[in-house]
Amino acid sequence: MTTLVNCNGIAKRYMRGTQSRGGTVSVDVLASVDLQIRAGDFIALMGPSGSGKTTLLNLLGGLDRPTRGTIEVAGQMLNAMTGATLAQWRSAHVGFIFQFYNLLSVLTAQHNVELPLLLTHLTRAQRQKNAATALQIVGLADRANHKPGELSGGQQQRVAIARAIVADPQLLLCDEPTGDLDRATADEILGLLQSLNREHGKTIVMVTHDPKAAEYARTALHMDKGRLVEAATERSAS
Amino acid sequence: MTMWGLLFANLFRHRTRTTLTLLSLMIAFLLFMLLRAIAAAFAGGVTVAGMDRLIVDAKYSMSDNLPLASVAQIRALDGVAGVAQMNWFGAYYQDPKNGFAQYVVDPAAFFDVYRELIVESDVVKQFAATRIGVIASTSLAQKYGWHTGDAIPLHGLLWPKQDGSWDWQFQLIGTFAYPNGAPDQPLLLLHYEYFNEAVAVWARNQVGWLAVRVSDPQRLDDVANEIDALYKNSSDPTRTVSQDEYSRAQASQFGDMGFITTMILSAVFFTIVLLTGNTALQSFRERVPELAVLKTLGFTDTAVGALVLGEALLLCVTGAGLGIALALLLEPGLNSNLVTIIGRFDMTWQSVLFAVGIALLIGFGIGIPPAWAARRLTIVDALRGH
Repeated sequence: MTTLVNCNGIAKRYMRGTQSRGGTVSVDVLASVDLQIRAGDFIALMGPSGSGKTTLLNLLGGLDRPTRGTIEVAGQMLNAMTGATLAQWRSAHVGFIFQFYNLLSVLTAQHNVELPLLLTHLTRAQRQKNAATALQIVGLADRANHKPGELSGGQQQRVAIARAIVADPQLLLCDEPTGDLDRATADEILGLLQSLNREHGKTIVMVTHDPKAAEYARTALHMDKGRLVEAATERSAS
Repeated sequence: MTMWGLLFANLFRHRTRTTLTLLSLMIAFLLFMLLRAIAAAFAGGVTVAGMDRLIVDAKYSMSDNLPLASVAQIRALDGVAGVAQMNWFGAYYQDPKNGFAQYVVDPAAFFDVYRELIVESDVVKQFAATRIGVIASTSLAQKYGWHTGDAIPLHGLLWPKQDGSWDWQFQLIGTFAYPNGAPDQPLLLLHYEYFNEAVAVWARNQVGWLAVRVSDPQRLDDVANEIDALYKNSSDPTRTVSQDEYSRAQASQFGDMGFITTMILSAVFFTIVLLTGNTALQSFRERVPELAVLKTLGFTDTAVGALVLGEALLLCVTGAGLGIALALLLEPGLNSNLVTIIGRFDMTWQSVLFAVGIALLIGFGIGIPPAWAARRLTIVDALRGH
């Protein structure tokens, strides 16, 4: 398998506090992380709170910029991109799935899924068709005209997954995708992610606290205090 | 789903709040259109004035009269082509609510000076020959359903008759019209000869003011100075000004309509800016995580900022559009009702464009701060706050 993501010595330092309230304090959230992710992998990124998992995920998705180091995704250096270029890159290459779904409450499921396609040159009919297909993949075609408030947590997360895959990105980044769901629903969502990985070839990086969730991944990485502390554990997922 | 769809969906996120804000904007712009039309009606009375006309009035008070003899004296001056005398009659028709302007005039002299008025020469001749005759502006005759030959009873408020009665009887001889574009002000013209004969003795041989037609408009100031010089040391000194200046002075008796209108509208729009600005900011604060999600999905900073600004503009332009539309719908009804009070009541395209301009200005004013904040929003910070 080819390498999709290549991180070299990435570090992230945040400045906390303000000058007017007793000065700022710098916090090193990531310290020199080297990471290679192969295309088609499904990685569970684990570790205690504050270990830097979400920060690493944000950096991989181009939501934030490293203080030091380089990030290369599918041959493109994220560090070198301007804000607008990075936004365009995100729309084409990455899909995000959040713990709290982050759907737009005023839009129907269908329209939420169509959102990333507004940035493409697709016609309205094509956008509708692609969104319908994505909803079908996640098993929610019959809820297309429902607004998030009319859907259960699991259904909302399925809509979020449909939104993440509708532009057919190579990389899916999931931040605690089952953290707000009960076990049975979480298993359904994890099964769906697994099928996206296996059947549709999506590369997935999933931040999770849940060891059971991590079992769905092919590889588990552990972080602590801003570093990858354990070599990748590969498993043959069931 | 389109960008417009996204804009509308966000705008009507809180239907009640948006509807109330739209109603506020609608009322504000309705008020804007109405007040602009009223101010224009007052200003219209000024601009219609003849360029070759002077108005001679008592120097110290508009309520003072001039001696009738001054008509002939001024007519004899060099450069004077015609003199029309006028008295304010100040009566009402049937009911005290039915007040309108009534001038006591010398028929032939009046139409000789006010040549822009449209009247048949036979009507003027008949008016001159009928001492109890009156002629009315077209709109006035239409309003009260008067026809030629109708008896027009007026109850005087200023001038009693010689027998002590305040009731005057007249007969409608015909109508006159204003030229195109001039305000259609209701006006009734009465015959001076009859008035001067019937009025109480103490009020005879006086005129309220004079309109003087000058043979050469270039000499307007010279003739005005000549007239005032003639009466400078008399018991009835005069103040002679151009028709334009006189009309402005008349209009200013109601107050400076332009200033009053501007003040009212400033207060209204200031309140609207505060209201809608607060709504826009509140809406922005509620949606910080959603805006961050849009950025996550690939919307650029500029696109997200434009979306927020677009909502503010859409809100203001829609509210203004509703207000303008309502004003234009009400215009015919208001025009027919107000024409007898303030003259024509027209809403011009300039007012419409001005209103749209203000709406855009308010939209930008209230939209730019949240749009700028949305543009600067960092995804990680915004999502962390969720």
